[in-house]
Amino acid sequence: MSRINYDEMRGADAAVRPHYQGFADWLQRTPAAKIAQKRDEAERAFHRVGITFAVYGEDAGTERLIPFDIVPRIIPAAEWRTLEQGLKQRVRALNLFLHDIYHDHAILKAGVLPEDRVLGNTQYRREMQGMDVPGGIYAHIAGVDVVRAGEGEYYVLEDNLRVPSGVSYMLENRKMMMRLFPELFATQAIKPVEHYPDLLLENLRGVAPAGEEQPEVAVLTPGAYNSAYFEHAFLAQQMGVELVEGQDLFVQNDAVYMRTTRGPQRVHVLYRRVDDDYLDPSAFRSDSMIGVPGLFAAYRAGKVTLANAIGTGVADDKSIYPFVPDMIRFYLTEEPILNNVPTWQLRKPDELSYCIEHLHELVVKEVHGAGGYGMLVGPASTVAEREAFRARILAQPDKYIAQPTLSLSTCPTFTESGLAPRHIDLRPYVLSGKTVNLVPGGLTRVALREGSLVVNSSQGGGTKDTWVMAH
Amino acid sequence: MLCRTANELYWMGRHIERAENVARLLDVTNRMSLLPYELVEPGLAWAEPWAVPLVTSGLATEFYQRFKQLSAENVLRFMILDSATPSSILCCLRAARESARSVRGAITSEMYEDLNSSWLEMRVQDYDRIQAQGISEFLEWVKMRSHLFRGVTFGTMLRDEAYHFIRLGTHIERADNTARILDVKYHTLLPSAADVGGAVDYYQWSALLRSLSGFESYRKIYSDVITPRRVAELLILREDMPRSLHSCMNFIHETLEVLCDSSSKEVERAAGELHAGLHYGRTDDIIELGLHEYLMEFLDRISALGGEINRHFLVPA
Repeated sequence: MSRINYDEMRGADAAVRPHYQGFADWLQRTPAAKIAQKRDEAERAFHRVGITFAVYGEDAGTERLIPFDIVPRIIPAAEWRTLEQGLKQRVRALNLFLHDIYHDHAILKAGVLPEDRVLGNTQYRREMQGMDVPGGIYAHIAGVDVVRAGEGEYYVLEDNLRVPSGVSYMLENRKMMMRLFPELFATQAIKPVEHYPDLLLENLRGVAPAGEEQPEVAVLTPGAYNSAYFEHAFLAQQMGVELVEGQDLFVQNDAVYMRTTRGPQRVHVLYRRVDDDYLDPSAFRSDSMIGVPGLFAAYRAGKVTLANAIGTGVADDKSIYPFVPDMIRFYLTEEPILNNVPTWQLRKPDELSYCIEHLHELVVKEVHGAGGYGMLVGPASTVAEREAFRARILAQPDKYIAQPTLSLSTCPTFTESGLAPRHIDLRPYVLSGKTVNLVPGGLTRVALREGSLVVNSSQGGGTKDTWVMAH
Repeated sequence: MLCRTANELYWMGRHIERAENVARLLDVTNRMSLLPYELVEPGLAWAEPWAVPLVTSGLATEFYQRFKQLSAENVLRFMILDSATPSSILCCLRAARESARSVRGAITSEMYEDLNSSWLEMRVQDYDRIQAQGISEFLEWVKMRSHLFRGVTFGTMLRDEAYHFIRLGTHIERADNTARILDVKYHTLLPSAADVGGAVDYYQWSALLRSLSGFESYRKIYSDVITPRRVAELLILREDMPRSLHSCMNFIHETLEVLCDSSSKEVERAAGELHAGLHYGRTDDIIELGLHEYLMEFLDRISALGGEINRHFLVPA
């Protein structure tokens, strides 16, 4: 690929962009040996603390570190203001959409979205129709994936509205950078992100069932073998709430209780990191070993709040994604601030035939896929890979969408052959409750292989600290 | 505290203690097997010294399902390395580490790191390596890992509910195991009836004392020959012997007083009764009833107490 990418640090003629000047100066005057030593220190510290994630498809219980790169991704203050507004706008519209499709179906009646696409979607939960949730909020925590293509030009790639993960890395990366390079923070105005757990707790308390003065919050995890278990334990500990598994909870008279050594204790809000299907074996998948029988009944009775709500998956489905800008216009009567990536829907015959001919320049994704599994990055693929994918698409075209290969921006990253540009994306975490909030920053993921556009940690991606400048 | 967390902590304590006591049990067996013995009735396999640890831990049936022949090697493989025998040293260390991992937030990082390194060393052991190193060396290593964990726990952990549940597990397990190890002598035959009180008898009692870290204390307290009566007194009734039944019950009773509330009277009562029996017990009564019979009854009662703790705190219905 010889296309010119936008580099976050350097502009035309390799001139350092103003918001990177402070870091660039520091990088220049700091001896290479000292930087190498700090990178070692970071790696050892991450190992000791055990900031790991489990990898599917390897030995059971394999725990690995996500590579951490010390060159920060820096966002100038003005760009962040736009991003922040755009993200809040988008998540607001998505919550209104979820409320609508589980109540009056106004957007369907107005013909903005085809009805079958929503009501016939496997992620649509019929059980939620007509049910009121506190504040009308469904996606309490949204992890919106954003990429930059050019100057001030941001695109939303995906809205993750189910159980988005990664926020613990955002927090740990910042802690690590402040520990390794305090001088960088002392001399520059970098906006803090450390209050995320407080905001999250306040947000969760704010959506408790009505009338609860002192709502009890808990984090519900599938258990110690889940790939994101570290994050679940981390967030529970940071918020100072219990980390529970399904077996720790039971439901009586539609109220949810934890089993404690001092007897049953009521829970009002569950920050659940368990997928819809597995939440309650008596309502959804009956083979779920990690759920709580009766939880859905308690939820329907309004005695417990689930964050995120059940049935949010329909709004972040890739077949719904192309309609998000229309949702913003429909519900907020505003123009979308952030761009969508143009998307071809392969279920449509004319779009299918175009895409089949242009696989080498497109990114093809499964409609229900996540985590970078089951996708084709055209320009980086071999002829054989494209042929295999073509056959899969033609067999089930409605399972796929395609997008142009965006020239994702790059950020300088330490590699075996020194500092080199690598592609990055950004996942800010938008909290919705009584208000819509986000900390200035997010998780920057970096594709460590040269030229690669896949940043997912399950596919060998790394992470960086994300700095939002105060001015 | 969540019942599941309490349960993991309690079993973490029990499993580490059990690993240590399996090592002690194998140690006394190993020592006794070096003494002369003679099969009184050939064919009675349980009389062989290596059958004794199986009988006292109630694992004989399970052993014979897995192994055809009784031999030192098979018993050692079974009780140290077998990954399907829940009480093998391998399984105990693995279970303790898994418990620690699932409740990392409730213990200190030093405790987790200690259990983690014990497990990482244990998982690469095999029979040949243990033989090459020497059985006694290996059993000593297991005991040292347990001592280290106890020290780390004592030295780093907040005295909160979590600490009390670990301590409870440790002492329930120790009381049970001490009783079983004491019972080893009952199952170990002497070459002939005339040997009662003779040299072999003496060596057997001293091996048992050593395996419970009681030999030196015995010498200090009694400065006299080893008699069954005094061994019973030392390891059952003396509260200043850290592995004695009385001492274990002191810890259990104290810990339960902290953990119990108005709803847990039955647990407190069961522990109090068992404690009182040891506190006011007399050596003469034990000898008159028979040491083996006394120990069997104790094992039943400590197991019942474990059941009460389970029902009330750890896995309530």
